[in-house]
Amino acid sequence: MTAKTHGQDAHTPLSKLQTGMFTLRLNFLPRITFLIVFSIIMSVPFWWMLSTSLKAEYQVLLFPPRWFPIPIKWQNYPDVFIKAPFVVWFGNTLFITVVSLVGTLFSASLVAYGFARIQFWGRNVLFILVLSTMMLPDVVTLIPTFILFSRLDWIDTFLPLIVPVFFGGSAFFIFLIRQYFTTIPFDLEEAAFIDGASTFTVFWRIILPLAKPVLGTVGLFSFLGNWNDFMRPMIYLNSPEKKTLAVGLRYFQSQWGTEWALMMAAATIMIVPVLIVFFFTQRFFVKGIALSGLGGR
Amino acid sequence: MGVTSLSLPGRRRLSKQARENIKGYLFISPWLLGFLLWVLGPMVASLVISFTEWDILTPPSFVGFGNYTKLLDPNVYFLKALYNTIYITAIGVPLQVILALFVAQFLNYRGRGVNLFRTIFYLPMVTPIVASALVWLMIFNPEFGLANTLLRLLRLPEQRWFLDPDLSKPLIIVWMLWHIGGSMVIFLGGLQSVPESLYDAAEVDGAGPVRQFFSITLPLISPVIFFVITTSIIGTFQVFTVAFITTGGGPIRSTLFYVLYLYKNAFEYLRMGFGSGLAWVLFVIILVVTLVQFKLANRWVYYEVS
Repeated sequence: MTAKTHGQDAHTPLSKLQTGMFTLRLNFLPRITFLIVFSIIMSVPFWWMLSTSLKAEYQVLLFPPRWFPIPIKWQNYPDVFIKAPFVVWFGNTLFITVVSLVGTLFSASLVAYGFARIQFWGRNVLFILVLSTMMLPDVVTLIPTFILFSRLDWIDTFLPLIVPVFFGGSAFFIFLIRQYFTTIPFDLEEAAFIDGASTFTVFWRIILPLAKPVLGTVGLFSFLGNWNDFMRPMIYLNSPEKKTLAVGLRYFQSQWGTEWALMMAAATIMIVPVLIVFFFTQRFFVKGIALSGLGGR
Repeated sequence: MGVTSLSLPGRRRLSKQARENIKGYLFISPWLLGFLLWVLGPMVASLVISFTEWDILTPPSFVGFGNYTKLLDPNVYFLKALYNTIYITAIGVPLQVILALFVAQFLNYRGRGVNLFRTIFYLPMVTPIVASALVWLMIFNPEFGLANTLLRLLRLPEQRWFLDPDLSKPLIIVWMLWHIGGSMVIFLGGLQSVPESLYDAAEVDGAGPVRQFFSITLPLISPVIFFVITTSIIGTFQVFTVAFITTGGGPIRSTLFYVLYLYKNAFEYLRMGFGSGLAWVLFVIILVVTLVQFKLANRWVYYEVS
């Protein structure tokens, strides 16, 4: 609040106005100070995870706790792989995530194209149905779906986690991609149709390549959702060699009391791929959000 | 490619509209099938199961509305779970929205560092909930946690945190507040779509930043605020993993949230009938809350007529 009043008192030079200090015209200094302080607060849990992951187990239990691990125990990281079937879990998670990603991108964009570009009978009603399922909590369908999968003998396989993805991904993804498709000018398609291209070719060759930003957004959301998912893998996968990372993290919690350092090392390993993917896709992400109409319109 | 071959033979005989219909339904067929298989089918099944008592292992027995009347039984913790969930929604969501909007205001500038800060604030959103919940458990550990160190530094009494039924829910809310990144990015998009000229005009008229915020920013981004509030409420009603990891619902059921309660009934006690009843009640609650919000939206959400 103090920062806001500062902005009012200061003389705002005309040049600054024109270069676009939006909304509340805060001075640069209070603005940056707030952002830095807030960033530090937000980063504390990350720092805590990282520093614990490099501590010896006895150091974790010291009170008051140490901000820095001294000495640094790198051995925790190899230990994660030695003490738990971490490589297998990593592979399982990667497999589920990648298959789901492909399934989501393909099926959601196919469906989105139908809703965005083809004038079929009942389209609006069905699209409202898509939107309304966005509000539907997953747990509402959880029990019958679980029973169905157990009758199919799919429990303790990856099938319950990847098969449903091929049916349109999720309503939210269909919505995002459809919004993006509607912003692509029709002229491009018209030309291709005149040249005799089929609808699928137009979708595959013209529309999809133009929709990279939104596909990036959806891909990121899908990757995050599946990589981090906890409830469904916990319900559907039982045997130790079928676990995913999210479920496997708790291995260090139950085994011989909690091994905090190892658990935090495992958590750090789990987060690294997410961070890499996020850093590479975030420009898609921001663009996608803005263009899909979520950001204002 | 199947679309090509399927629509070709009909091209001469069928009218243009009929062809569009076939094409359209082919394109949306994955969703249509998925809707029947994973949404409509399970919902009907869930309703049917909710009228039975069923542990999957033995055949179900019909109990009528038994599972629903049981909800109000004082020995059943449905009301407790509902209360806990409403508690974190009623307190957590407004705090989240206000904080996210506040931070977005600070982020809304062109220049150095915007991308960096935005990334830092968004990072909690990409962090696995299991991981962040475990970190929370460690920071708020009564014996060696960081939180108690800070209290000691400030010469305040140390706390038992997740072991204290009065603090467990607020700790979950603090955890929620760490996750403002998603709403913040959406607000930022909203703020950037407000025309600069409006602020210039307001400034000429002598309106200060606070007045500008309430008279220009707030009305113009109200659709975004509405979107964020609606989705946050739906999301908070489904809080599960963080409580499952940190407290398992305790102490003395102070963090027994609705979905956790549902999960325990269905997958720990194998009460599929009662669990399905809970699922349907949750569905109705969310439906009603969302409809009420859309109704109320007419009063405060401002839509530009263009």
